[in-house]
Amino acid sequence: MSRWLGDSALERLRAAADAPDLEGTRYRVVGKLGQGGMAGVFRVEDAALQRQVALKVITAGDPGDAWSERLLQEARVIASLEHPGIVPVHDAGLLADGRAFYAMKLVQGKRLDEHAQALPKLADRLRAFLRICDAVAFAHAAGVLHRDLKPGNIMVGPFGEVLVMDWGLAKVVGQSSDDAASRSAQWPVAPENAPATGTSHGTVLGTPGYTAPEQAQGLPSLDQRADVYSLGAILQFLLTDSSPPPRPLAAIQSQAMALDREYRYQTVAALSTDVAHFLDGLPVSAYPEGPFAPARRWIVRNRVWILLLLAYVLTRALLIIFRSR
Amino acid sequence: MNKALLGLLLGGILGAFDGLTAWFTPAVRDQLLGIVIGSTAKGLLAGVLIGYFARKVRSLPLGLLFGLAIGLVLAYAVAAMPNPSGQHYYFEIMLPGAIVGTIIGYATQRFGRTSQPASR
Repeated sequence: MSRWLGDSALERLRAAADAPDLEGTRYRVVGKLGQGGMAGVFRVEDAALQRQVALKVITAGDPGDAWSERLLQEARVIASLEHPGIVPVHDAGLLADGRAFYAMKLVQGKRLDEHAQALPKLADRLRAFLRICDAVAFAHAAGVLHRDLKPGNIMVGPFGEVLVMDWGLAKVVGQSSDDAASRSAQWPVAPENAPATGTSHGTVLGTPGYTAPEQAQGLPSLDQRADVYSLGAILQFLLTDSSPPPRPLAAIQSQAMALDREYRYQTVAALSTDVAHFLDGLPVSAYPEGPFAPARRWIVRNRVWILLLLAYVLTRALLIIFRSR
Repeated sequence: MNKALLGLLLGGILGAFDGLTAWFTPAVRDQLLGIVIGSTAKGLLAGVLIGYFARKVRSLPLGLLFGLAIGLVLAYAVAAMPNPSGQHYYFEIMLPGAIVGTIIGYATQRFGRTSQPASR
């Protein structure tokens, strides 16, 4: 067919074929934002509210199958998490052909892996990291594990706001994920930077490099420490561009990514407290320091004061000595 | 504490302390009281000006520069007045004066409230 049709025409045909049938809904497809293994995300116009939103819809599998239920479950999980750092869900339902969809805020911004290059200062990166921790800690407090935290699933808005996205692998603590229906509906393994474009229906969930060892082994008893590991990997990602990180920060990252979860930070709050302490020039629990370290930190924190006062005292002393001769 | 008041307080304290260091110069020791009063007044004036600047301009480099400039100008005005024997102490007054101005510039940029909260 490509012999008779131009590239752009082919592209338009492909987009039209990919677009979900939104007949009977208040949405109209504007464009495609991304495609995962089983679901696509589209930019759509909400006719009722006259605004653009993002619409996630099942694009594979038989309509009405477990994938649809899984998508609706994902929507319910996100809807239960009302936090400025978690993308809000506006609507959910079934299309005329039985496929599930949900509408969420259209996030204008960049993925963290793209945005990090615009943050040359370590402190700015760490502040962004703390905002991610806030959102994840909130989800944990609500009993929800994300299980697929990685830079590609974090959006940073134009005003520096951070949104944790893609809760497709989220698990409500206490809710069994071992039953057959749930297992069959779990999203596949996603390679780094390619959300949900996995190759198989594995029992292993998450993204290599960002997945806790116990999660990679498919252990059923996951808890919030699995997300702590992923946050440690995100911290590692944020530190890779800069020169070798300060030792306390490297210790924080190592502890967050400890292979044995018993040695990890037990909560996201503990991890973010250490990072915040590092930013404030305070001691961190992950890095035992020597006896002179507090004095060194105090000097570094107050170096401008110390320099100015030393300059004053030195000038005065020299003038007095000079005059007395 | 607002920035102008912080500048005033800091300027007064540092000015008085700066004046007291004249005790180490035996030639002017008998004029110590006058020096301390003059230096304190200079510090107060510098503090108010630098504090007011800090309320209007939120920039550490500009605050430091303005503090340095005000410190230098006021110290020059004092140093231009000769002592009873006709001597000038330009270095002794202007160098520390400039540093004191810079210290106040730094403090008023880092600390102190920008303005009073609105009241109804």
